[in-house]
Amino acid sequence: MTDRAPAVGIPRLEVGIPGFDVVAEGGIPAARSTLVAGTAGSGKTLLGVQYLVAGIERYGQGGVLVTFEEPADEIMRNVRSLGWDLRAHHAAGRLGIVDVAGVAGEEIFEAGQFDFQGLLARVERAIEKVSAVRVVLDSLTGIFPQFTDQHAVRRELARVTARLRALGVTTVMTAERSEEYGPIARYGVEEFVADNVVILRHPLNRERRRRTLEILKFRGAPHQHGEYPFSIDGRSGVTVIPLAETGLKTRALPYRSSIGKPAVDKMCGGGIFQDSIVLVSGATGTGKTMMVTEFLAAGLRSGQRGLFFSFEESRPQILRNAASWGVDFGDAEAEGMLRIDSRYPERLGLEDLLVEMRHQIEEFRPKRLAIDSLSVLDRVSSGALFREFVVGMTSLIKEFELVAMCTSTADLGGGTQSTELTPVSTITDTIIVLRYLERASEVHRCLTILKMRGSAHDKTIREYTIGDTGMELGGPVSGATGILTGSSAVQDDPPPP
Amino acid sequence: MTVSEKGELRLYVTGATLLSTRAIENIQDLIQEELQGVYAYEIVDVLERPDLADEDGIFATPTLVRRSPAPVRKLIGDLSDRELVLSSLRMGPRRQPAGGPGQREST
Repeated sequence: MTDRAPAVGIPRLEVGIPGFDVVAEGGIPAARSTLVAGTAGSGKTLLGVQYLVAGIERYGQGGVLVTFEEPADEIMRNVRSLGWDLRAHHAAGRLGIVDVAGVAGEEIFEAGQFDFQGLLARVERAIEKVSAVRVVLDSLTGIFPQFTDQHAVRRELARVTARLRALGVTTVMTAERSEEYGPIARYGVEEFVADNVVILRHPLNRERRRRTLEILKFRGAPHQHGEYPFSIDGRSGVTVIPLAETGLKTRALPYRSSIGKPAVDKMCGGGIFQDSIVLVSGATGTGKTMMVTEFLAAGLRSGQRGLFFSFEESRPQILRNAASWGVDFGDAEAEGMLRIDSRYPERLGLEDLLVEMRHQIEEFRPKRLAIDSLSVLDRVSSGALFREFVVGMTSLIKEFELVAMCTSTADLGGGTQSTELTPVSTITDTIIVLRYLERASEVHRCLTILKMRGSAHDKTIREYTIGDTGMELGGPVSGATGILTGSSAVQDDPPPP
Repeated sequence: MTVSEKGELRLYVTGATLLSTRAIENIQDLIQEELQGVYAYEIVDVLERPDLADEDGIFATPTLVRRSPAPVRKLIGDLSDRELVLSSLRMGPRRQPAGGPGQREST
C-alpha cells in the first residue's frame, strides 16, 4: 500500500471531540499517528486526554495514555474538574497508563547506547490489556532533554511510531512548539514520527487569547484548511467551532412556520422556512424586541420550544415587555417551553459564547432561537471575530435545524448598517427592515421585507403600529423614499413638474 | 560491609538484543572486577516482566537501576561507559556541591 491511495479510501477514526470531526472531514486517519503541536498552554495535553476519554465514553474503545512529561497522577487530577474520571476508567480496565515522567529525586545517567524497546514493551502490554484502539503520547518534546544522544532519540521514536502503526492503533502524539507561527515543533519531531499534523495556537489578539486549531496535513486524506477557533471550557473541554459552509447540508426544508403575525407571514409568502435565519434590522424603538417576542410566542403556540439570548435587556424587562404585548413568557418558562438567557457579552468572549449556545441548544433542544441583538456582539469584538461568530452560529442553526431570528440595531436615521453587518446579511434567509417614517410632521413606523430566500414576497412598504397585542400591520405606504438610505419620508404630492 | 548490607542492582533488558547482551556482559565484568561483594544484582527481561518495568518507570533500555542505597540511580544504555558506571555505583550519595543559601527569586 502506498500513500497515493485514493483520498476517499483512507479510513478515519471519528475522534468525538465536538466540531473536530467536521473540520477533519470525518476524523483522523485510522491506524496512523497524528501529531498535535502547540505552544505551552495551548491545550495539547487536554486534547490528547479528551481523545482518549471520548473513545472510552462514546465509542467503547480502550485507550492508553503514555506520559513523558507530566506525571499521570497530575494529569488525572487536572482533568477531574471536567468530569473525566481517568482513575475509574483505569480501574475498569478501559484505560491503560504508562507513566515515564521520571520520579522526582532519582538520578539518571546515560552510560552507553540505548533503545526504547523497554517503553514499547510496556506500551504493548498496556494496549493488550485494555484492547486499546487509541494511544496518546504526551509529549514527545519532553523526551529530548532527558538524553544527550538526540539522534538516538529520533531513531527510537520513529521505531516506536512504526510499531504502533503495525499494531493498528490510532495514535495522537503531542509536541511543543516555541512560536505560534514558526517551525512545526521543537526538535523537528514531525519529520520522523507523523503523517498527520494538527496545530493548536493561542496568540494574543486585542488583549485576549484566541485559540485556534489548524489541520496542517493529513497525508493522502482531505480535510478543511485554515485556522478554526476552539474553546476550552469547564464542562466539555475542547470544542472546535467549524466555520463556513463546513459540513453544512443546507436542506431547504419546505415547511413554513409563522414568523409571529399572520399579516407578516403573508408578506413573506406564507411564513418563514424551517432551518432559516431571519434578520430584523431597525433603529431603537421600532419594535425589534417585539418582533422577537412574537416570533417566540408563535413557536410556543405550535408547541415549539424557544431559546432566547438577550444581550440588551434583563429578564424582568423581557417578561414585562412581553406581558405588555399580551405574551406570557413567565408561564412558558415555568412549563419548560422557553428559556431566557440574559447576559452581558462583554464578560464572555465570542468563542465562549458560541460554545455556551451549543451547550444550551444541546441541553434544551429548542426549535426556535432568538438573539437580541447581534449589534451588541459586533460592538464588543473585532470584525474578524464577529464574522467567525456569525458563521459559527449559522452552522449551529443549520445543524440543529432551528428557525432563528436575530436583530440588529440601525442608526436612528435608519441608514442601512450593511457595512458592519455584511457577514450577517449574507447568511440570513430573510431580512426585515423596520424604519421610522416622517409624514406630514408625524413620525410613523414602517416595515418592508428586503429579502426572502427561496420564495416570492410582498415588496411593498407597510405601515404598522404597536398596540396591546403587539404589531398591527397597516396598509402599504405609497410614495415613501429613502427607507434604505436612512432619511425616510413620504412625499404625499408628487412634486410639480 | 556485611553481605546483608549489599546494595541492590536491577538490570532491565529486552530479550536478547545486541544492547541487552552487551549490558549484561558489562555489568558482570564490572561487578567481578571492581565491585565484588558490594552489590547483589538481578537481570529482568522487560518482555517477560513489564509489571516490574512499570514499577521502576523503565523507558529506555537497557537500564541499570540502583535500587539501594538511596538515592535511586538509573544508568541508561549498554553500560559501555565504564568510568561513568563505576563512579555512579560508588556507595552512598555522590557528593553534591554545597547548595549554598540559594538565590532569592525576584518577584
